[in-house]
Amino acid sequence: MVRTSLPARERSLLPTDEPLSLLTKTGEPVADPVLEMPGDDVLLELHRKMVVGRRFDTQATALTRQGRLAVYPSSRGQEACEVGAVLALREQDWLFPTYRDSVALVTRGVPAGETLTLLQGGWHLGYDPYEHRVGPQCTPLATNTLHAVGLAQAASLKGEDTVALVLVGDGATSEGDTHEALNFAGVWKAPVVFLVQNNGYAISVPMSKQNAAPSLAHKGVGYGVPSVLVDGNDPAAVYAVVRDAVRTAAEGGGPTLVEALTYRVEAHTNADDATRYRDADEVAAWLDRDPVDRIESHLAAKGLLDDARRAAVAQEAEAFAASVREVMNTDVEVDPAELFAHVYAQPTSHLQEQAAMLAEELA
Amino acid sequence: MSALSMSGALNRALADALEADDRVLVFGEDVGPLGGVFRITDGLAARFGDRRVFDTPLAESGIVGTAIGMAMNGMRPVVEMQFDAFAYPAFEQITSHLAKMRNRTRGKVEVPVVIRIPYGGGIGGVEHHCDSSEAYYTHTSGLRVVTPGTPQDAYDLLRDAIDSPDPVIFLEPKRRYWSKGEVTPGADRVGFDRAVVRRPGRDVTLIAYGPMVATALETAEAATEEGWDVEVVDLRSLSPFDDETVCASVRRTGRAVVVHEASGFGGYGAEVVARVTERCFHHLHAPVLRVTGFDIPYPPPKLEEHHLPGVDRILDAIGRLQWDDEVVGAGRGA
Ligand SMILES: Cc1ncc(C[n+]2csc(CCOP(=O)(O)OP(=O)(O)O)c2C)c(N)n1
Ligand SMILES: [Mg+2]
Repeated sequence: MVRTSLPARERSLLPTDEPLSLLTKTGEPVADPVLEMPGDDVLLELHRKMVVGRRFDTQATALTRQGRLAVYPSSRGQEACEVGAVLALREQDWLFPTYRDSVALVTRGVPAGETLTLLQGGWHLGYDPYEHRVGPQCTPLATNTLHAVGLAQAASLKGEDTVALVLVGDGATSEGDTHEALNFAGVWKAPVVFLVQNNGYAISVPMSKQNAAPSLAHKGVGYGVPSVLVDGNDPAAVYAVVRDAVRTAAEGGGPTLVEALTYRVEAHTNADDATRYRDADEVAAWLDRDPVDRIESHLAAKGLLDDARRAAVAQEAEAFAASVREVMNTDVEVDPAELFAHVYAQPTSHLQEQAAMLAEELA
Repeated sequence: MSALSMSGALNRALADALEADDRVLVFGEDVGPLGGVFRITDGLAARFGDRRVFDTPLAESGIVGTAIGMAMNGMRPVVEMQFDAFAYPAFEQITSHLAKMRNRTRGKVEVPVVIRIPYGGGIGGVEHHCDSSEAYYTHTSGLRVVTPGTPQDAYDLLRDAIDSPDPVIFLEPKRRYWSKGEVTPGADRVGFDRAVVRRPGRDVTLIAYGPMVATALETAEAATEEGWDVEVVDLRSLSPFDDETVCASVRRTGRAVVVHEASGFGGYGAEVVARVTERCFHHLHAPVLRVTGFDIPYPPPKLEEHHLPGVDRILDAIGRLQWDDEVVGAGRGA
């Protein structure tokens, strides 16, 4: 008897066959959308933040070439996710990003210099997580999924209206932690949203070697987590999906798994050589689905983006890039005493000894 | 004989092992077409095909766990962990299964798996890319733990590791991947469990391994200016430990310093000091000292130079070996 009721429940958890979208590749509204189109003010904000975010990303890549950053993982081409998801959050919500998500951080309002501290090499983290409600950028893959579930569950235990959004890559969905996090979230009905940015690759490893399910969003059903597949280069759709998921979570409806189909336009990082494992044709096809072009065309066709606004946004992006250059071109001096300052709540005697030894060496 | 970088020597060892034995498989993250992020497996997938050299889903526990299963069924897996700290998701498979399988099954099941792990710092890497995690493994009985300090040893030890009936944690000092040396594949090997004297000297024994071997040799050169004739012992095999070679050296010199990048507290050096002290006490003119990383999480790139043991810190330690209490007939000038 239980069995007969399963398919319907299962179906309600499964993603659609085709990714949800609101805008076509060329920026026209899709016919009969499932999702609700965001208002004009949101669309304009998505556009503005995406242009600024892309300029930031280009600037960070350039600074890396000049040796100002140890390494930079670019999110070029993924701006619909980086910006759309963050704008869908409310101030009281939390974001758990990865190393790839610097654009998401600046969109959230983390100052650029603080965002890039990790990659610049001054410290492991440059911002105050509590100030921005942004967890530390996560490098050990998928470990942030569990932190997000825990934080969200604590919020619900405390009666706080807080949702946690965790970002992970396609590759990271293969790690055990992702599965444990989905299961915990499902069992606890935790107010958490998982956004998988499926950008086609985990460094060199393509989807075909990573996953045999029809989609990554299909992973939700086994954990009782409703799942959504969305066009990850459609900023309006990513925004709408994440906003709906945040709303559901906030209303006690539990977690959602979102898979956004997008593409990593640059190499994994500046240290990677993507020509070893993918064709230029493939990249070119995705450039044709550019998320920034898409929203620009849409807004222009709607008469919302005139030359003056376009110029103003471009100018803002340039000014932001200039400010990024300025902070990053200033040499940071990190006090070596900091090596010992944050290991324990109270400095231990053996660390004090070691700190004294280093101070003497440097004197 | 030809000059090869350590990475080239490792690549050659993998190729020769794949060539020599069909049971050898190479797998992990990005080891296929990309050739690994450090290019250690460069060209192997093209040469041996994707049934022998292949990319796996991104899951370290999965990689080690399936390697154990493959080894149980007659294969000889050589798997790669992309960086030191990214082996931690596999910790349970390594410590509870890989290390214990022989013992649990009273010797009936053998798991000849090699886990290659680039480790250590000194390359300006961001957090989680620079850990020296050797002590976690050396503390685990049933694992062999080896680490090369030269390109020739990279070749020899990796071939020995793949031939070994025991599971091996093969730690690759990533900051030395690009350093070159003469490599003769197929030369007589020193022996898997053996330490070697890299540089003979009469006054003090510097005990080092992996990335610190080059630093110890550099220190030995610098020490000549201070009038110290330094012997450098390269441990090669951290577990098992070659007491014979190490103690023979310390008994000759009467003084010893152990060097490693990892934090000192509870670190591998403590084991070395204990063993040497227990066995060579009456030959020692001074306590055996350690020069190690501080007892802190690995620092960010801009501070790592302060953390890593370097020539000056090692020279300081040598200087603290109670030279004024010189016992006639031993050590310097003897
Ligand atoms: C536990 C762990 N294993 C391996 C790595 C090394 N690594 C860094 S990024 C990466 C690929 C991740 O791919 P994906 O999850 O798709 O994210 P993307 O980089 O494409 O944004 C790998 C293997 C790591 N950071 N953490
Ligand atoms: Mg990816």
